[in-house]
Amino acid sequence: MNKILEVENLTFKYEEEQEMPTLDGVSFAVHAGEWVSIIGQNGSGKSTTARAIDGLLENVSGSIKIDGEILSSENVWALRQKIGMVFQNPDNQFVGATVEDDVAFGMENQGIPREEMILRVDQALKQVNMLEFKGKEPARLSGGQKQRVAIAGIIALRPEIIILDEATSMLDPTGRAEIMRVIREIKAEYNLTVLSITHDLDEATLSDRVLVMRAGKIIKSAKPEELFGSGEDMVNIGLDMPFTSSLAEDLRANFNLPEKYLNEEELADILAERLRK
Amino acid sequence: MQNMLMGRYIPGNSLIHRLDPRSKLLVMFIFVIVIFFAHDWLGYLLLILYTFAGVLLSGISISYFLKGLRPMIGLILFTVIFQMLFTPGEHIVFQFWILKISTESLINALYIFFRFVLIIFMSTVLTLTTPPLTLADGIETGLAPLKKIKVPVHELGLMLSISLRFIPTLMDDTTMIMNAQKARGMDFGEGNLLQKVRSIIPILIPLFVSSFRRAEDLAVAMESRGYQGGDGRSKYRQLKWSKNDFVLLLSIFILAALLLMWNAFK
Repeated sequence: MNKILEVENLTFKYEEEQEMPTLDGVSFAVHAGEWVSIIGQNGSGKSTTARAIDGLLENVSGSIKIDGEILSSENVWALRQKIGMVFQNPDNQFVGATVEDDVAFGMENQGIPREEMILRVDQALKQVNMLEFKGKEPARLSGGQKQRVAIAGIIALRPEIIILDEATSMLDPTGRAEIMRVIREIKAEYNLTVLSITHDLDEATLSDRVLVMRAGKIIKSAKPEELFGSGEDMVNIGLDMPFTSSLAEDLRANFNLPEKYLNEEELADILAERLRK
Repeated sequence: MQNMLMGRYIPGNSLIHRLDPRSKLLVMFIFVIVIFFAHDWLGYLLLILYTFAGVLLSGISISYFLKGLRPMIGLILFTVIFQMLFTPGEHIVFQFWILKISTESLINALYIFFRFVLIIFMSTVLTLTTPPLTLADGIETGLAPLKKIKVPVHELGLMLSISLRFIPTLMDDTTMIMNAQKARGMDFGEGNLLQKVRSIIPILIPLFVSSFRRAEDLAVAMESRGYQGGDGRSKYRQLKWSKNDFVLLLSIFILAALLLMWNAFK
């Protein structure tokens, strides 16, 4: 598998006199088609990493390679076209005056002809199930709907990588589930690479690989089942456990559960089996 | 804040709704000039008929227009009464001290009254039938010729449409901050003028700060979607002139011509 994103020794400070750098030698690589989650406490440098990858920060030392090309001030606009970012606040990233204008905004910037835009707007809105809201203003939409529009605006640009910068953190559980479903669908359809920054551990369990950040460093990179299987460890980093892990922890004494991470279905199967005996 | 009529758009599909915003803006602009061509009852009759046709064709109930008149009523009465009392005239109807009301002054006051009402009605037709966004588009393309003298037309248009888009968001912010301050014991609208002004500060400063945060987030989101300024951009929205727009323009020119002719013949 080829590496679509390579980050090497990334170091960054927001202010010159900052003692602890926000990013302190961050290195990782993401393969094409992979879904990688970055988790960590507030202030561990997750969002800063995402912004650095999209070239939105200046004075970052280290190198970022996107699709084999090293990010520099000359090619930042070209490489940015390969990346679609969804941010945290659904209201603040809504540029257009209506849903369709917002989806078209990125395409307008790339100078895509109008006929093509009209086609792509409809297609993208259909994909996120928002076609009937096409002419609506942002004030009439819920947070989850606005995030779906933001995703549609990105699908329309046909990027190779989608970065979700805590895209679901301001949504209710229904909105959150809906966004995750949409992301899974479009990822499968366009064979996208997803880099998701999140606080939601249940969301992280869905990914192929989880990177744990702490104080500007990546301290762990593992598959979710490996990471969440080592229960105690997580709490030490200042993170929680996914719901199924803590449930399994509580039930372990009575049910003799295996010492590894179980997702909802696996846990349900094992419990059903134990109860039948 | 809900009863603000300014920029209130009422969805519909009337003849006027379907017109191009550029033609509506232009006609509105010309109408304000034309209104000063009228000097007698026939001229005003023409103008009233023209406006009335616009109101009827917009298919919007007259009560909305009367509501649009309400905030201006004080100003209208003030001007009309002054015109009535201080216009010199020969046929005195009523006299008290230095105040004289003559037939001329009565007629003059009536004209002033109609001038106000007609301008307000016409602009209400424009704002009620045109979505603010389309209006902004219309203004942007209307300003396009100014690009030649280095007016940043694209930037102005973008500013206008972003401001319009953020008005409801900032309104919500304001209500939320007000409620949050009330919950902490703040009392709005109490006390003397100075205290009232002072009580605005706890709303204004948080609103200011949150606007900055929104602006920064928006700028980052725009940049990440490849916004590099107006050059090399294509446009999703497009305005289209139809046959009706030419008819509308023609109608205002005919009106102007009729009034000018009538003035010349007299």
